[in-house]
Amino acid sequence: MADDLSLAPAVTPPEEKRTFTINFGPQHPAAHGVLRLVLELDGEVVERVDPHIGLLHRGTEKLIEAKTYLQALPYFDRLDYVAPMNQEHAFCLAIERLAGIEVPRRASIIRVLFSEIGRLLSHLLNVTTQAMDVGALTPPLWGFEEREKLMVFYERASGSRMHAAYFRAGGVHQDLTAQLIDDIETFCEGFPAVLDDIEGLLTDNRIFKQRNADIGVVSREDALKWGFSGVMVRGSGLAWDLRRSQPYEIYSELKFQIPLGKNGDCYDRYLCRVEEMRESTKIMQQCLALLRTTPGPVMPEHSKFAPPKRAEMKQSMEALIHHFKLYTEGFHVPEGEAYAAVEAPKGEFGVYLVSDGTNKPYRLKIRAPGFPHLAAMDYLCKGHMLADVSAILGSIDIVFGEIDR
Amino acid sequence: MSAALDALGSHIVSSQPGAALSHAVRHGELTIKATSAGIVSLLTFLRDDQRCRFTTFIDLCGVDYPEREKRFDVVYHLLSMPLNHRVRIKVETEEQAPVPSVCSLFPCADWFEREAFDMYGIVFSGHPDLRRILTDYGFQGFPLRKDFPLSGHVEVRYDAEQQRVVYEPVKLTQAFRSFDFLSPWEGMTLPPGDEKAKEQ
Repeated sequence: MADDLSLAPAVTPPEEKRTFTINFGPQHPAAHGVLRLVLELDGEVVERVDPHIGLLHRGTEKLIEAKTYLQALPYFDRLDYVAPMNQEHAFCLAIERLAGIEVPRRASIIRVLFSEIGRLLSHLLNVTTQAMDVGALTPPLWGFEEREKLMVFYERASGSRMHAAYFRAGGVHQDLTAQLIDDIETFCEGFPAVLDDIEGLLTDNRIFKQRNADIGVVSREDALKWGFSGVMVRGSGLAWDLRRSQPYEIYSELKFQIPLGKNGDCYDRYLCRVEEMRESTKIMQQCLALLRTTPGPVMPEHSKFAPPKRAEMKQSMEALIHHFKLYTEGFHVPEGEAYAAVEAPKGEFGVYLVSDGTNKPYRLKIRAPGFPHLAAMDYLCKGHMLADVSAILGSIDIVFGEIDR
Repeated sequence: MSAALDALGSHIVSSQPGAALSHAVRHGELTIKATSAGIVSLLTFLRDDQRCRFTTFIDLCGVDYPEREKRFDVVYHLLSMPLNHRVRIKVETEEQAPVPSVCSLFPCADWFEREAFDMYGIVFSGHPDLRRILTDYGFQGFPLRKDFPLSGHVEVRYDAEQQRVVYEPVKLTQAFRSFDFLSPWEGMTLPPGDEKAKEQ
């Protein structure tokens, strides 16, 4: 029998292509939260990616429909919890556009200052965890030390390290103290040196470059096609920044550069973020100089959108009534719709607000920048190795608070 | 700025007679009302026309108006990076009537349409993969509709006996309270009790 077999021509069955399907997450340290990726692999090459999101879905948009405008504000801190105030900013801009509220100049400067602090918070987290995703453990430790300092600034302005609820329709909740302005100045002086240190660890690091250069390349056309914004288009060489092209607040007066990438790969996006942090520090310094020379209110005065002064409430019955009505009924926003967008650290963060003239939003749609970025995961990862998935995921800068809402 | 947007709006409406119905500029934003059937041709035009060049698909969302005959609005937001302007397109649709999918024009519309389907039950015809996206596996109902209760229908807990997570109808220890702070005095045009005046 054995002879028969050996004589028979070797019939190998036609090679059947076998692909593996594996689950990446939902509990995976490189998934940046609760992301479940269903990966179809041919060997180690990714054939198909199907992200399953919504594990952090809290129904923010539904909840906001049942809250007054002021009560809705803290929900925005909980979207992209890495840069909370940038989200509040978009919501306040949308209300202001519908209600036609003038923001006092000092409040505008404070908003820009804290938006840039938010950008530093977000980029510090992203750049360093991107490094961690490809195996470097030291950068996050260095970056988190700086984030801690910035969070203390958040706390000293708003009373809370993360969930600040500091911006208001019409301005900001409270003025900054002179001491806080001095301390932020001191931070800005020392921060570029820290950035140099972090760059020293990563920028010319051979392993970091090997893991990121030429990975997840996005061409200009594809960046447009997939609805990218923020660093995802700037990394591909498109000079698009809402702070420059559709300026809000006082950005048109400030001097800053917009760093652009050349190749549109993960490494260029990393470089863009680092440069943006340097530019943000410059913006912060300009804001601090402006704050010193611009005294004034931080909420509109004698407005139905702002609470009256405590001293006034002791004397005036109208002020007392106004205060009571503002914090129970809330203010009314005229009927209409508006879309306000800000350049959040992760890209264009937009708020589409439909008001029916009452004290609650009729519909509020949150346009999170991470949502279309993650939607392009399949396009970005196809043909890459399994290990590159976490590098790409790290470089598109996703936070599930805003994607799942 | 708004004059330029107004001119752009007229240009779009006149070039797409079957698809675009009317345009309006409010708060410096251009809104175009469109028909559901013409949405693909309108968006193609907006993307390719030299005066429009809306190449970036920003957002798609639903809005629910239960009292209307066609209860849903589908709202598209587009951005033109080369020409630096934005547009909003609104399409009215019903529960049963599907809206043509624009995935073939803008691949990122895929997830946005899935989200609108998940949240409102708006169906997009020609969508390659219209699954739920944000809600739980096996979720029932469309949470962002105005007739969906804020507290939801089911809650989950871990059952130690069965050693798994179980779904149960929502039990609230305290009834959900919706405070109506709206002042009866504001916006009132008639004195209380004078309903007859309206009939005349």
